[in-house]
Amino acid sequence: MTAYLRAAANVLVHAPDLVRYGSKPWREALRNDQSPGDVFADLRTFGEAVGYPPNQAFIGNLPPENLGEIPSPWYENPLAGASPEGAFGEILPQDSFYALLEAADQFGLLILDEEHRGSRVMGSESAAALLEREKPPGEYKQEEVSGRIGKGEALPLFQDGELIGCVRRDHESDESLDARILLENLAAKASGAYALSHLLVKENLAPEAIEYVISCSEEAVGDRYNRGGGNLAKTIAEMAGCVNAAGVDVKSFCAAPVYALVHAAALIEAGVVGNAVVVGGGSMAKLGMKAYFHLEKGVPVLEDVLGGVAFFLTKNPEDGPRLNLEIVGRHPAGKPSTPQGLAEALVRDPLARAGRKIASVDKYAVELHNPEIMLPAGAGDVAAANYRMLAAMAVMGGEIAREEIPDFIETHGMPGFAPTQGHIPAGVPFLGHALERMRTGSLGSTMVVAKGSLFLGRMSRQADGASVLMEA
Amino acid sequence: MFKGKKVIALGERDGVPGPLIAECLEAAGAEVVFQKTECFV
Repeated sequence: MTAYLRAAANVLVHAPDLVRYGSKPWREALRNDQSPGDVFADLRTFGEAVGYPPNQAFIGNLPPENLGEIPSPWYENPLAGASPEGAFGEILPQDSFYALLEAADQFGLLILDEEHRGSRVMGSESAAALLEREKPPGEYKQEEVSGRIGKGEALPLFQDGELIGCVRRDHESDESLDARILLENLAAKASGAYALSHLLVKENLAPEAIEYVISCSEEAVGDRYNRGGGNLAKTIAEMAGCVNAAGVDVKSFCAAPVYALVHAAALIEAGVVGNAVVVGGGSMAKLGMKAYFHLEKGVPVLEDVLGGVAFFLTKNPEDGPRLNLEIVGRHPAGKPSTPQGLAEALVRDPLARAGRKIASVDKYAVELHNPEIMLPAGAGDVAAANYRMLAAMAVMGGEIAREEIPDFIETHGMPGFAPTQGHIPAGVPFLGHALERMRTGSLGSTMVVAKGSLFLGRMSRQADGASVLMEA
Repeated sequence: MFKGKKVIALGERDGVPGPLIAECLEAAGAEVVFQKTECFV
């Protein structure tokens, strides 16, 4: 049995008023005894986020390779007539996202004013499908909201800088149920469910037909006894109406999406399930991660969007692009966590075991972080660095000459185009483009290569990674 | 040039990781007093 990749969805949520709750803006504000709202008062409009060329590439309206033809900086060269609706994605405005957060909240954590309570999704069928129409209206008491915020029990929520409510903690001494952590988890759930809903709506799939959901989101859901032990997949399945789907989370930092795809395909090939969805929700903690560098250099705060991805894999019908589980890259615990060690384990070795060369893969989808976000922070062009490493491997293997490195990178690579949302840029945003190209015959194969920073958790100095080949 | 020197090794995930920098500098005679790898994505 073979697992076919049938559909992909890439969504973005424009969330300028949540940037203040990103980890870096929040910590800087505390350190400097500032209000983060003052620092991040004038961010991009929804229209500016929609017209931003990398965002258009993310939702499928622009081939990533075409970014190279748009003059830099891209934020000064928006695409004329850009639409929030993409070939396989969508961009949601913040006020509609508050409606999704409210729909995701089953514990009365969000207290929104009358204007913002209830169904307020405009122009997105995928988001509207998630709203719980029969939610009791409740009563908004300004004094209660102010009181909770004043006592530090709740975080204020804003729309266009105006207070519209708050999100409250759910335990007086459990840091895992703190208001900001709960908002972070709700944001991952709601944006993941939005991506899944978009996949279902675009592909005309009945939510009830989905059998299994794997979440590759990074958030640590749980209370004080089991922080990170929670299961976002099943909550996302529930929110999207996938009532017949069980779910489980797969985690390995940014490498998780590829692991999740491999696990889903393996379950299908083994006959355990007939279909599965892989879903990843957005990371609120990473909003504004490099914003201070951007502000310092006169660059707009580009980390103002949450990302979401969803992929549908199935055994039927038996045709179309598939994941080739004979070519899966793993990085063993004993292998050095160097760029070369990772490239060998994830690309060279799995291809060599199948008798294939590095250059035999048409396109590599590596860590596709938007360089325009990375470079002002001095953090380098991650996609370009990864392609250089693969080209160097091809040179060392005698496949190409050293002089052919630039051609190899241009032919087998692409500019980064994804927001710095951790696991979201990890190769997988290209899968929607790959599906379209494989269906029209313009692409034969792509290898998705993702890396995970295990060392961030202080349990090991290792890195991790995973890869898989997708073929027409 | 590193012999007897105290060194702080700061690595990056998509560049050169901290442990690798530390290993090279220790081989060159340096004392690595702190090493860390960061991830900016």
